[in-house]
Amino acid sequence: MEMGQQVLQQLVNGISLGSIYALIALGYTMIYGIIKLINFAHGDIYMVGAYIGFFAITQAGLSIVPALLVSLVTTALLGMLVEKLAYKPLRHAPRLSVLITAIGVSFFLEYASMYFVSPTPRTFPAVMDSVAINIGGLVINGQQMLILGITFVLMVILTYIVKFTNTGKAMRAASFDTETAQLMGINSDRIISITFGIGSALAAVAGVLVGIYYNSIDPLMGIMPGLKAFVAAVLGGIGILPGAVVGGIILGVVEAFVSGFISSTFRDAAAFAILIIVLLVRPTGIFGKNTKEKV
Amino acid sequence: MYFSKKTAKLMSLLAGTMLMGGVLAGCGGDNAASSDEIKIGANFEMTGNVANYGQATLDGLNLAVDEINAAGGINGKKLVIVSADNKSEAAEAVNAATKLISDDGVKVLVGPAVTANVIAESQVATDNKVPVIAPDATSPDVTVENGQVKPFIFRSCFIDPQQGTVMAKFASENLKAKTAVIYVDNSSDYSKSLGKVFKEEFEKAGGKVLMEEAFLAKDQDFKATLTSIKTANADVVFVPAYYEEVGKIVKQARELGITSPILGTDGWDDSKVADIAGVDALNNTYFSTHYSDKDESVKGFLEAFEKKYGHAPNVFAALGYDAGKLLADAIKRAGSDDSEKIRQAIEETKDLQVGTGIITMDPKTHNPIKQAVILQNKDGGRVMVAKIMPE
Repeated sequence: MEMGQQVLQQLVNGISLGSIYALIALGYTMIYGIIKLINFAHGDIYMVGAYIGFFAITQAGLSIVPALLVSLVTTALLGMLVEKLAYKPLRHAPRLSVLITAIGVSFFLEYASMYFVSPTPRTFPAVMDSVAINIGGLVINGQQMLILGITFVLMVILTYIVKFTNTGKAMRAASFDTETAQLMGINSDRIISITFGIGSALAAVAGVLVGIYYNSIDPLMGIMPGLKAFVAAVLGGIGILPGAVVGGIILGVVEAFVSGFISSTFRDAAAFAILIIVLLVRPTGIFGKNTKEKV
Repeated sequence: MYFSKKTAKLMSLLAGTMLMGGVLAGCGGDNAASSDEIKIGANFEMTGNVANYGQATLDGLNLAVDEINAAGGINGKKLVIVSADNKSEAAEAVNAATKLISDDGVKVLVGPAVTANVIAESQVATDNKVPVIAPDATSPDVTVENGQVKPFIFRSCFIDPQQGTVMAKFASENLKAKTAVIYVDNSSDYSKSLGKVFKEEFEKAGGKVLMEEAFLAKDQDFKATLTSIKTANADVVFVPAYYEEVGKIVKQARELGITSPILGTDGWDDSKVADIAGVDALNNTYFSTHYSDKDESVKGFLEAFEKKYGHAPNVFAALGYDAGKLLADAIKRAGSDDSEKIRQAIEETKDLQVGTGIITMDPKTHNPIKQAVILQNKDGGRVMVAKIMPE
């Protein structure tokens, strides 16, 4: 393979890896945008989503679209339940307490799943044909393109919801000042609950798609992608939806180039170095402005 | 690890409570014991993250013991397995061993499955002069410490370097490979040590290692590294890793158009590799392992296992079975259930037919001299392409 082609192939690899980070980062950033909570359990919600999709396909015998819907709805409910039980009682507690609780929820989901579904990895059934498209030696996978496409569509839908619907307006108001919003007749608890529902549903979509693409799922599959998605969200500007997508794709491309041209062992170091550099140089991220506007 | 005074107090209280529990349980055990039984302690990972290894090994061990008892036991005595769960943790492995030795009064220990837990257990066993047979721990450090063999610790499987040697030889002699790429799991000592041995042996045979790359367990996407591996265009790619990552690597490598043979080791020996990678992608791959289910001498074990458990054994079950057979033979030759005599008998094991081959114990290292086989994945099945005895 010549150099130019190799660069192109790594670009393709990076974008497809990045679109998965982006998909998870969307939910991350959305929740942060509304209640300023870094929901460390997000990666584990993604794992639960993958398992629900898996059981919907293998046990209930559903095909991919209904299975995705079942997973999406169930996971959204789970997200809302987690919010109600774990985060709502801490609404007025210091931010650190909520953060620590999020880490607790994360461990709880990981090890409770391990108990129920066993730690053995499961192989996802092949519900979708994997078509590899070969353009002059450049290999592009059909499923990768699907994931990328879904990520963009979801980003557009979410941006629309947040910018142009009443719920979106209420979200932005609650994010700006929860108490004043409440005085204006907005049910902040309901809005926060909806946000968690949408964020978790996004994670479920990511979980099922990743399950199909990589063919295997396990109870600890959410840890690394969760952390990487966090980096992606910070890179793009946490709380900003297009930022999550751009951040995710940049991160994926950087990882691909580092493992392809420098050394595969430096890949994770590079990803987290990005986090440190962004926090030092431009804490608001690529799309962040220093205004008070969120989401 | 540091503990505050309060924590320390709490911990000692807890430990005390557990000890009491142990003593009470021990009393129950003593009443049941009788002189026509020989107790074997089975310290295994029955819960926790490598529970599937521990459980499978114990299944194999149970089958071996059942067969021995059904044939009248050893010198008129029945073997009784007393099991304890080490929860897949090194500290718990020590607790479980202590309980088995002091409360249940076992004469010999089998397990745990994974290297780290056996190493943790070995001090307790040595202090109490109770011999240990590790059925599946393949790291050299299990039986040897600072160049000295640990007198009470044995294993019944081959060691990692043997597989690296076998595969390097196979690549250069059978596949006529001149160049290789090594792709290891950087989070696993097993994988790293195999990569190192393969490199040494392959270069000794005149081959050239073009590239050494690494990944981490739980990685999902390998395409970036595989793209540069493709550029190297080596004759073979060596991936000594566990089945989950192996499946994904093989799938993604074939997708990117890497057509050269991919080689591996016993971590590949799981049907999940085929599930994840797909049958077509898995063609033209080879791995070394402990036995082949096509081998005539293994048939007896396979049928017995299938009959008892209703499914085919995996490699861990086979190794657990081997450990049971090795132990039974040693106890028989020892002529008593005295721990020291059993220890010596294990050390003197020679040309013993077990489930997956023939074992001779090397007294200098406590590693068995045992064959390895090389299997080829072909159209969803496996073909045995070589059977290699160590030199």
